[in-house]
Amino acid sequence: MSEYTGEVRKMMIILSKATMENVYAAFILANGARMEGIEAEIFFTFFGLEAINKNKLGHLHTATVGNPAMHIPTLLGGLPGMEAIATSMMKKEMEKLDMPDVLEFLDILKASGVKLWACRLAMEMFHIQKEELYNGINGVISVGEFYNKGTGLGTHMLFV
Amino acid sequence: MQKVISGKTINVNDEGYLTDLTQWDKSLAQAIAQEEGIGELTPKHWDIIHYLQEQFKQEIPLSIRKISKSGVVNIEEFYALFPQGPLKKASKIAGIPKPVSCI
Repeated sequence: MSEYTGEVRKMMIILSKATMENVYAAFILANGARMEGIEAEIFFTFFGLEAINKNKLGHLHTATVGNPAMHIPTLLGGLPGMEAIATSMMKKEMEKLDMPDVLEFLDILKASGVKLWACRLAMEMFHIQKEELYNGINGVISVGEFYNKGTGLGTHMLFV
Repeated sequence: MQKVISGKTINVNDEGYLTDLTQWDKSLAQAIAQEEGIGELTPKHWDIIHYLQEQFKQEIPLSIRKISKSGVVNIEEFYALFPQGPLKKASKIAGIPKPVSCI
């Protein structure tokens, strides 16, 4: 490539939450980047680790409490089963749009060349072993190492 | 707008996508592939191009997930064959509109 004119060349996405909407936002942003010829890497930290935890990634939920855009009163949102209902409704809508589930999405990201990094500190904090993580991850790294991968003109960092 | 490529005048939109698939032919596809930096199209490229055209004719929206389930090509190969935005580039070469899906 010749002269740099300000275009986005690499997206470094930090996923720190494990609600369905946040995980999908990060995945769609990463996949969308690759589809435009932009590089993408995801750093899974704190609760974001659940999205690559083999035992957890199939059971992500959408939050019904503390999310005004859900338009469910907080008291009702806290009732047992509400999250499950909201989640299954959301999954149905996503299926209509031909959205893959979390595991298939990880496979698509991996095949598309998105690099997947697990945060070492968060793993230690939550007592998670590497064996529990999705097999396609590129490695377990520190924040500093993640920053060092974000070099080059046109690199953007995004916290989800 | 109109564009002249490999001796032919074609109708394209402002991003260079053909607006009329009937104007498409193989030599045109090869010329667009050169412009897009893909180079010489191999049989595998052609398989994908025909698959995309078939989906377009059946009005099936394209996505990377569809490609992975197509049986024509897997995602790794797709990226290798059409680097730098495979579905966009392949669609342009196939003479069909730019895909709108985010997935």
